[in-house]
Amino acid sequence: MRRKKTVRAVLLGLLMVTGGLVSIQAMAQDSGSDVSGGKLLLTGGVSSISGAAGGGLTPWAVIGGYDTASQIGANAFCTIVSVQDYRLNDCGALFGAFNRVEVSFAHQSFNTEGVGAALGLGRGFTINQNVVGLKVRLFGDAILDQNSWLPEVSVGIQHKQNDQPGLLQAIGAKSAIGNDYYISATKLFLSQSLLVDATLRFTKANQIGILGFGGDKHNGYQAELEGSVAYLLNRHLAIGAEYRQKPDNLNIAQENDWYDAFVAWAPSKHISLTLAYADLGNIVIKNHQHGVYASVQVGF
Amino acid sequence: MNRKFPVLAALIVACLATAPLALAQNATPASSAMSQDGYPSAPRDPSLKPVFAEFGGKAGLVSLMNTFMDNLMADPVTHPFFANVDRDHIKMELVDQFCVILDGPCTYTGQSMTSVHKGMGVTRADFNALVVDLQKAMSAHHIPFRAQNKLLAKLAPMGHQIITKP
Repeated sequence: MRRKKTVRAVLLGLLMVTGGLVSIQAMAQDSGSDVSGGKLLLTGGVSSISGAAGGGLTPWAVIGGYDTASQIGANAFCTIVSVQDYRLNDCGALFGAFNRVEVSFAHQSFNTEGVGAALGLGRGFTINQNVVGLKVRLFGDAILDQNSWLPEVSVGIQHKQNDQPGLLQAIGAKSAIGNDYYISATKLFLSQSLLVDATLRFTKANQIGILGFGGDKHNGYQAELEGSVAYLLNRHLAIGAEYRQKPDNLNIAQENDWYDAFVAWAPSKHISLTLAYADLGNIVIKNHQHGVYASVQVGF
Repeated sequence: MNRKFPVLAALIVACLATAPLALAQNATPASSAMSQDGYPSAPRDPSLKPVFAEFGGKAGLVSLMNTFMDNLMADPVTHPFFANVDRDHIKMELVDQFCVILDGPCTYTGQSMTSVHKGMGVTRADFNALVVDLQKAMSAHHIPFRAQNKLLAKLAPMGHQIITKP
């Protein structure tokens, strides 16, 4: 156990150091010529765990990867969420076009570590899920519309496919495939250096889909509220907090809402690092799961 | 936990539903004037008087604009827009414009943002590059970040008049 924790810490450290090195390099490039298609750093969000541009836990209305001269942008990310008894490895990418449409992909690997052994699945048993997302901006501009209260509003769909249908059926989930539908409203209150997002998600997903979709306790779509608040400390640094309400569909395992508090650092428009403390509540047989969320995003 | 969903859902939907209404109400003479060609610039905001001091008054703005223009000329994205124009004149107009917004003792005599940028084909990326060049100039002049954002909040809506190419 101790050895595993050490390995995990080292991996996390490596991730951060790698990110740091890349960012220093990017920063050097950035300050060298100050070219840049230009972007109000961090106001475009980072990559959320689903792959969509947003906070860490929830998508925002903003279209990611925007702001290049060609009006088409892309970025890639890797995120690790490491709590006492589980670990989520999550990598993906997104493409944004004309500040209107965003297509995203994420591959999530949920490692059950010791819990897998306890449940007879085997130590380190891993559940994988692919998430394909589409987001369309309806109206508003989170950054420019400083003279009105109108937020930027987008709608999105996330198609999720889990690779363990047999296991999911055994725990009471109704499907291994599910779609989430959401509407996001994002507003930058520039005078206050504050960015606020509220997202309403219609979902059947258990633990974002890692435990399947629908369940023996509840099997319909439910509306879940998600929100982010970020305070911009300077052009490169923001701090904030997030909340994600979640359904509770399975009799076998209680599910709780998620919270995090984060620091996001964008030394240039090419890279951002996000470090957070995440509280994920009960996950299957383990209570109060909390730990580190670390994410690197590279933009093109 | 499930019982609060309908309430929250209703709240969100209500917020979103009233947003366009709020926009419609917002279209009072003052704000609609800003989006039309007739109004030359953002209006004077007396609440920003302290921010004017943080910018170092008019002398601070003159000095800031020198750095800003240097940045614009050094930036390949913005360079083409400023290479063949009367830069001293633009700097003077910008000083007046910022000075008025921050409730300084100035008068903006320049043209409207729409007519000045007509036919220039400014894209969102061009506009954002200019904003970054301004942010860098303000930081170089040690203007506090929060004060920077208070000015940028007044300038941001002009993007709608300045950006003419999708």
